[in-house]
Amino acid sequence: MVWVNDIIQGILTGGLYALFACGLSLMFGVMKVVNLAHGDLAVIGGYVALGVITVTHIPVLWSFVIVVPVMAVLGYVLQRTVIQAALDRSVLTTLMVTFGLSVVIENALLEFVSANSQSLGVGNAIITRSFSIGSQIQIAYLLVLIFAVAVAVLLGLQYFLSRSKYGRMIRAVADDREAAQLSGVDYRHVFGIAAAIAFGTVALAGIAYGMYSQFAPTTGTDTILLFAFAAVVIGGLGSLWGTLLGGVVLGVAQQIGAQINISDEVLAGYIVFLAVLVLRPQGLTSRRAQS
Amino acid sequence: MSEQPGEPLLEVRDLTVHHGQLRALDRVSLRVFPGEVYAIIGANGAGKSTLLRTIAGLHRPTEGSIRYDGRDMTRVRPERRATGGIAMVLEGRRLFGSLTVEENLQVGATYARQGPWTIERVYELFGWMRERRTQRAAQLSGGEQQSVAIGRALVANPRVLLLDELSLGLAPVVVQRIYAMMQQILASGLTVLLVEQDVSQALRVASHIQCLLEGRTTLEGRPSEVTAAQVEAAYFGLPPGRHGGAGSPSQGGPGGSGGMGNPPRSRGGLGGIVPPGETEREPLWSGSTTSSRGS
Repeated sequence: MVWVNDIIQGILTGGLYALFACGLSLMFGVMKVVNLAHGDLAVIGGYVALGVITVTHIPVLWSFVIVVPVMAVLGYVLQRTVIQAALDRSVLTTLMVTFGLSVVIENALLEFVSANSQSLGVGNAIITRSFSIGSQIQIAYLLVLIFAVAVAVLLGLQYFLSRSKYGRMIRAVADDREAAQLSGVDYRHVFGIAAAIAFGTVALAGIAYGMYSQFAPTTGTDTILLFAFAAVVIGGLGSLWGTLLGGVVLGVAQQIGAQINISDEVLAGYIVFLAVLVLRPQGLTSRRAQS
Repeated sequence: MSEQPGEPLLEVRDLTVHHGQLRALDRVSLRVFPGEVYAIIGANGAGKSTLLRTIAGLHRPTEGSIRYDGRDMTRVRPERRATGGIAMVLEGRRLFGSLTVEENLQVGATYARQGPWTIERVYELFGWMRERRTQRAAQLSGGEQQSVAIGRALVANPRVLLLDELSLGLAPVVVQRIYAMMQQILASGLTVLLVEQDVSQALRVASHIQCLLEGRTTLEGRPSEVTAAQVEAAYFGLPPGRHGGAGSPSQGGPGGSGGMGNPPRSRGGLGGIVPPGETEREPLWSGSTTSSRGS
């Protein structure tokens, strides 16, 4: 029964990891940018939510209504300026530039909001409670909510990419940038839209993380980015639902690791990550690498 | 030289383009008038594709200018040229492989100008396309992909259509079929600037030809005005004294250089289809584009 509980907790935590990972995967899939500042952006999302809640007193759960658009605009602007300028030089330059962004964000946060840990307190709402199945399984409503949000985000993204005009353009640009240009598509604008979506999802992830746990300026790189990377690699690069599968596998591995020895939680996740890299480097779901 | 009335729709003046140190185009000029089919011929590496890609905006010229419809386009971004009415079919088809046939056409139509071409009309032009519209473009054969690529350019309703090496890597039958479609395409009032390594094909469809050799223009004129020997000399860069007659160069090394990287069937097409000494040529647009006179 303990193991069943671990697996359920792991699956639910996987939803959070998928939320971290899908933006990273999208930016890599569309513009081949490995955004090393991705984790820090989640943390920024958390702090922006904190600020918004302090100023407007809206409930934590509804803070995303403001935070997500703000982060999306930031994503569009950053993509059209700094990241595009790096892309125009070479794809490798984007690695250095996003790494630089990460350093700048982290240190700016340390400077302005201090190194103290913060969390987004949800007060005494029902969301803070949990329900039990049997005597050993306790499930937090919050984790269920986060998982549901992750699935909703992925469904929405999939619908957007496959059905909408801009989704079609995003896929076209990812396939062949020059050919898209010759059809009148301004790929820089399309990149901006993709970045806006990625930043929007990572903002959601940041809020979710803030409610679930605590964050500090360094949380972005030492936790979120690494988990997001692991989820993307396990699931398969460029695969949307792969990020959910990757997140779930990572989450379950961590829970089981923690069950064996509480200090092995993170280690177990990385062992699975390494095993996938060695045995199935294209990831669990990737079709492209198989053909 | 040009008895054409009015202004050229597309005018390229003294265009020089460098790829790094290499001078790919050296002061090339051309004037394309509305309704023309203007063919650029030349061997591999002559700069034909570079010329087309520069007109479309994918390369930046070091010198020279590109005017379209009376406007200077030299520094305009490619997507603005596309929405302005310059469409291009890239060499090697370059479809969006993970998108379906229909989605490829939809992307082409996203920023379309007003005009006669719709996705529906492309389906009518290429009969097979409608029932396979949900198939991924990557799963199509080369010829089918080429048709979709042409359709994708057409639905934008361009005024000038740039076609880069339509015949490359396709079976001769397929090439004939695609060129046969050209008349229907031209009937909608398009102007075509095409690059073709298969000289016989180019001579058959073109109203004006221009031959490039190592980035320079070596011959220009109406197909009825130039002789096969002139074309041959311009194509291979032979001294003007060696017109036709004995020792047809297409059987030697130079013929091979024209077909580098191509399927063997298109190799030496020049020599086979326009034999040295032949002076008569099919009249333009005689409806014989599907004739089996080719290789």
